[in-house]
Amino acid sequence: MKRKALLPTLTLHAVLVLGALVTLTPLMWMVSASFMSPGESNSFPPRLLPQVPTLQNYVDLFTRLNLARYLLNSTLVAVSATLISLIINSMAGYAFAKLRFAGRERVFHILLAALVIPGQVGMLPLFLLLKSMGLVNTMAGVVVPFMAGIFGIFMVRQYAMSIPDDLLDAARVDGAGEYRILWNIVIPVIQPILVTLAVFTFLSAWNDFMWPLIVLSDDAKYTLPVALASLSGEHVQDTGLMMAGSVLTVLPVVVLFIVLQRAYIRGVMMGSVKG
Amino acid sequence: MRGVAEARQNRAGWAFVAPALALIGLFFFMPVLAGLFLSFTDFDIYAIGRPDTARFMGLENYRQVLSNPLFWQALGNTFLFVILGGPLSVLTSLVAALLVSAKRVRYPGLFRSIFFMPVVTTLVAVAIVWRYLYHPQYGLLNWALGAVGIHPVDWLGDPHWAMFAIILMAVWKNFGYNMLIFIAGLQSIPEDLYEAAHLDGAGGWAQFRHVTLPSLAPTFLFVGVMTMLGNFQLFAEPYVMTQGGPLKATTTVVLLMYEEGFRWWRMGMAAALAFVLFVIMFLGTLIQMRLQGERR
Repeated sequence: MKRKALLPTLTLHAVLVLGALVTLTPLMWMVSASFMSPGESNSFPPRLLPQVPTLQNYVDLFTRLNLARYLLNSTLVAVSATLISLIINSMAGYAFAKLRFAGRERVFHILLAALVIPGQVGMLPLFLLLKSMGLVNTMAGVVVPFMAGIFGIFMVRQYAMSIPDDLLDAARVDGAGEYRILWNIVIPVIQPILVTLAVFTFLSAWNDFMWPLIVLSDDAKYTLPVALASLSGEHVQDTGLMMAGSVLTVLPVVVLFIVLQRAYIRGVMMGSVKG
Repeated sequence: MRGVAEARQNRAGWAFVAPALALIGLFFFMPVLAGLFLSFTDFDIYAIGRPDTARFMGLENYRQVLSNPLFWQALGNTFLFVILGGPLSVLTSLVAALLVSAKRVRYPGLFRSIFFMPVVTTLVAVAIVWRYLYHPQYGLLNWALGAVGIHPVDWLGDPHWAMFAIILMAVWKNFGYNMLIFIAGLQSIPEDLYEAAHLDGAGGWAQFRHVTLPSLAPTFLFVGVMTMLGNFQLFAEPYVMTQGGPLKATTTVVLLMYEEGFRWWRMGMAAALAFVLFVIMFLGTLIQMRLQGERR
């Protein structure tokens, strides 16, 4: 019995390891090529590892190109998008779950129905609106679409539904106001979903491309993805340089994912429940 | 007393949702409605400075979109990505989920994380990486294919191959997401169903066909619709990897909309394109719900 099961088990693991290698190859090659000296990555047969690893590409990114600036811009955008959306969405999500107010169900259903509208449909007027508000070519303009999100509200609402009403009523009997209840009772209880929401928002703001590409016109204001796309045109031949830029763009989000994996995966699973 | 408490909750409720509703209303609902209005005008670069120069055009933009051969080519490219890339991606996700969920697997969490890794990476960065992997002379892919005797292909430079190259890259980037959803679906299948099938003498394949697949039907519908909606919006991959070329072979509807609206500033035309795409996506969703609903 045991020997019969051995072969399928080995095959299964061989397939999994192979799949994992194929999945990781582009990322591993990116890291490896970022340490190659100029010209080394444009050779035949292609090199898998740098002959003499060099940090030159990374040095160039910060000295010759403006990478520190782009890193700062991306961080600024992603952090402020995350903080603002946490406040706005957690308040709304909690209210939709636990506070009785007139028209609650109807408003919530309108929001859910709007999830089918693709973002591009409103993009052109949104650009014109931000232009009239003087927000085009500003960091604030990039953050605007992330400030409140229907999906974020939905996530918080689903989680907050599990708060027992007795807990809230007891606090009300003790004379606590609704803002104090939100801050002292609700926020600590829904903390896990807030971490999930924070990771989601940070990743999507950091990785977003189309909207910052539209809003930002000034090179000094570019976020990393926009800067990378524009640099990749001018520096096609500098493979090592571009790979070093890609590593620095991808690294923060990959580290964040590895550290907060469980919170992120919970978000993906919650998204699927809605279907 | 009760009435006072209720009124207080009513006020608090509205106060808590007000910021979100105001932001979503101002920056989402209003632009969407304005977009519909915009699509009936000839709003262009002059109108950006002086909006009163824009004129109402009726359905003229829609007529022009539908008679523009480039639109039909972009729509065809987008459909290729949706119809070929979508199922390929879902299939890869399903296989990965089945492998990772097999009972005998050691370290399933590790494999799951590795397969999911591309999903969290920045699309622009990995699209640039893949551009080098696809390089006809120095790229890793042609070198690997050469090792098994396949002649080099100019992946991104040949109009016949470019969209397939983008599909392959997108499958790599996205399959981890649906894999997670399939894993959740597999975990929710009750163990007794398999035991009952086993007692009835069903082998591994029969169990897969008669227990696993039917139980996953709701998951398939969700994954199918979400993947389709995402794929219809293909933009950054062709923008970074091919600029829509060669010979417009990778120009998608959203890329066309971006160029019309934000490169040539023909915003009325671009808005019409966006609404045509929206209608197509909506119909696609209805068709999938109908088809998959029937199969159940």
